[in-house]
Amino acid sequence: MTKPLKQIHLAAHFPGVNNTTVWSDPASGSHIDFASFVHFAETAERGKFDFMFLAEGLRLREQGGEIYDLDVVGRPDTFTVLAALAAVTERLGLTGTINSTFNEPYEVARQFASLDHLSDGRAAWNVVTSWDAFTGENFRRGGYLAEDERYERAEGFLAAAHTLFDSWQGDEIAADKDRGVFLGDAAAGSFAYSDKHFDISGRFNVPRSPQGRPVIFQAGDSDHGREFAAAGADAIFSRHGTLEDGQAFYADVKGRLAKYGRRHDQLLILPAATFVLGDTDAEAAELAQQVRLAQVSPQTAIKFLEQLWNRDLSDHDPDGPLPSVDPVVGENTIARGRASVRMYRDPVATAHEWRARAEAEGLTSRELIVEVTGRQNFVGSARTVADRIDHLVQADASDGFILVPHVTPGGLDPFVDEVVPLLQERGTFRSDYEGTTLREHLGLAAPARRADAASAV
Amino acid sequence: MPGSSVPLHLAVALDGTGWHPASWREPDARPADLLTAGYWSDLIGEAERGLLDFVTIEDGLALQSEHPLRADDRTDRVRGRLDATLIAARVAPRTRHIGLVPTVVATHTEPFHASKAIATLDYVSSGRAGVRIQVTASPVAARHFGRRVVPEGGGGTDLLDEAADYVEAVRRLWDSWEDDAEIRDVATGRFVDRTKLHYVDFEGRWFSVKGPSITPRPPQGQPVVAALGHVDAAYRLIASSADVGFITPHDAKETTAIVEEIAGHRAGGTPVRVFADLVVFLDDTAGAARSRRDRLDEVAGRALRSDAEIFAGTPAELADVLAHWHDAGADGFRLRPATLPHDLLQITDGLVPELRARGLFRASYAGSTLRESLGLSRPANRYSTAATA
Repeated sequence: MTKPLKQIHLAAHFPGVNNTTVWSDPASGSHIDFASFVHFAETAERGKFDFMFLAEGLRLREQGGEIYDLDVVGRPDTFTVLAALAAVTERLGLTGTINSTFNEPYEVARQFASLDHLSDGRAAWNVVTSWDAFTGENFRRGGYLAEDERYERAEGFLAAAHTLFDSWQGDEIAADKDRGVFLGDAAAGSFAYSDKHFDISGRFNVPRSPQGRPVIFQAGDSDHGREFAAAGADAIFSRHGTLEDGQAFYADVKGRLAKYGRRHDQLLILPAATFVLGDTDAEAAELAQQVRLAQVSPQTAIKFLEQLWNRDLSDHDPDGPLPSVDPVVGENTIARGRASVRMYRDPVATAHEWRARAEAEGLTSRELIVEVTGRQNFVGSARTVADRIDHLVQADASDGFILVPHVTPGGLDPFVDEVVPLLQERGTFRSDYEGTTLREHLGLAAPARRADAASAV
Repeated sequence: MPGSSVPLHLAVALDGTGWHPASWREPDARPADLLTAGYWSDLIGEAERGLLDFVTIEDGLALQSEHPLRADDRTDRVRGRLDATLIAARVAPRTRHIGLVPTVVATHTEPFHASKAIATLDYVSSGRAGVRIQVTASPVAARHFGRRVVPEGGGGTDLLDEAADYVEAVRRLWDSWEDDAEIRDVATGRFVDRTKLHYVDFEGRWFSVKGPSITPRPPQGQPVVAALGHVDAAYRLIASSADVGFITPHDAKETTAIVEEIAGHRAGGTPVRVFADLVVFLDDTAGAARSRRDRLDEVAGRALRSDAEIFAGTPAELADVLAHWHDAGADGFRLRPATLPHDLLQITDGLVPELRARGLFRASYAGSTLRESLGLSRPANRYSTAATA
């Protein structure tokens, strides 16, 4: 018996504040006007996508002590724009990135529960952490959290939020006018949670929402992050979009589920993926090269070099060879508010690799940066891209993809118009929504209430 | 004291099924729908049909209680609510003219988050956002956050001083982007002109905020800030920090006194728009309104108590009171419907036509933003280099 075909999950990431987003494209519209968000969400819903996704960063990025001005800057408040989008969509899931370091569980839980009510069960939370004093300067507590405690706080935050979500069972509101009974349970919403980071108690003031609690996403990639996801997340927003890398990540994370008593299908792996479509594969390849050049302007190339070299390179010629000096080793002081610089674990070795490659291939600094950053995941005709996506999902490299268009707000349109129908023809992507909640789109069961889970043990 | 120099403004304060604790038991009440988007869209759509300036939406960081500082375990009152800012955002795309003024509690929350949330509400409503700033001395709410201990008796003045700092930080963040900061200059590769993004560097007793905001300056520049006050310390907050003040006088003379008190605290610039709050029971005859109030009081087991004047009568009688108080200095009125939707419909179908017949209320929305409805200009940016060049 052959393995049944897996159903693909698709989501749309609103173009973000990094150089993937090409604001210089003549078709690029506003990144802040609500009309752009409406266009994007309506396109995703027309394509029967599972959800749309919003990232968030709580301080404008800086490089060399100045606000970074080469990428899109500025975005809306996540909860507020998602609540407004709930008014113009009916089925699309609404996923927001919310930080567990510079928020408090009671407030975040009531915002997610409210969003879930106001969208009839379509809310999802991508839980992220930060620790840096740089971001903390915008908040009451400043940089209070040690880096190695950020996951600990995130786990406690999530556990506290779950306690709050589960403090209402869902059947307490009687609203019986004749008997004069509004609440069937005088203690509805009672909760208490304490650990090293939190000590809170009282009554939660948002009754249980349609999904019980939002769908939980986790984005961290470290061993700790993977374990955190395996223990309790519903989905992972991953970076592993290629076949081998994806399969390895998929097997690793899904392999961790059993020890938490969870099934293989209770945690979805959804890598971020960029795409460039053309009428032919050759045309798409040509377009992809143009996009990459637009993503790495000469000025952007210099800034990327500075992020690795950890020093001022403003006088460096982007159309000449790579810098001959070595990177400054130690804490990265040049770029702030940017998670990606932490990926360069050995900057000197990376610089040597880059120099060797630039010399071997005759690349300028800018051309080298184009080669080592921003490679598109899917490039080709709609048929080629549909084949590739289907293959990756069926081969267990992922359960689907979170697509990241490079133009706001219309960059998703060609994918929905051309690729989605091909996937629907194959029977591996829905032709219409079958359920109403995001949990239903993702094939996830309603969460057990804490009380039920405890009594089942 | 001459009367208010501005046309009479009208707002409605929405809270659950209305401001009477037994309102949820009325035949037309929808207590089972309080957590749905449709409930709020219907009410706010009705208020917009009546051309009201704005609605406020109550909120809180604790479950409702009969006691302001303690929890109760009552089961015969409405309990549970949704986040007011998110209700406003959910309704914004479905309305076009009415201002949306959710309550934000300053005491335990982050000014940085509140600033971008209200800025975003202004974007999704195309310039109709406001925010009503509230403080809470409740130890119950404090335990929900676990971050500070509320002193016995609440420490009231400190909370108001903190709220003033909060509004200052929020306002600076709204101005932290100049309107023309986004330049998209392909030649230099720059999306923004960073000389037009500003650190706000707010430092106060309770917190400091660096800035700039992550959200560009909202359509109104400064969304409308409102606060309710009953005592001089709160009037000072209104005068120093708000565009709109809600007050609770019980007659025309008291109205004049409070309006003058607030004006006396105002340092200059645009006067605060002062709205008098009234709880209203409205029916076609005064007798019907009074007997409805009596009936609801009986159901609730006690007479309605309120910080605001309680009015029971016909829309025409209420129009008399409002005209009189407007002459006494109130710029507008925030009516708290005793029951919903009944008293809201009496406002839109009865009171508004009555005021209009007297030439006291608009026949159409004057502008598209809340500031325009209130006759407030779009403020210059405090950080603008262009303005001083």
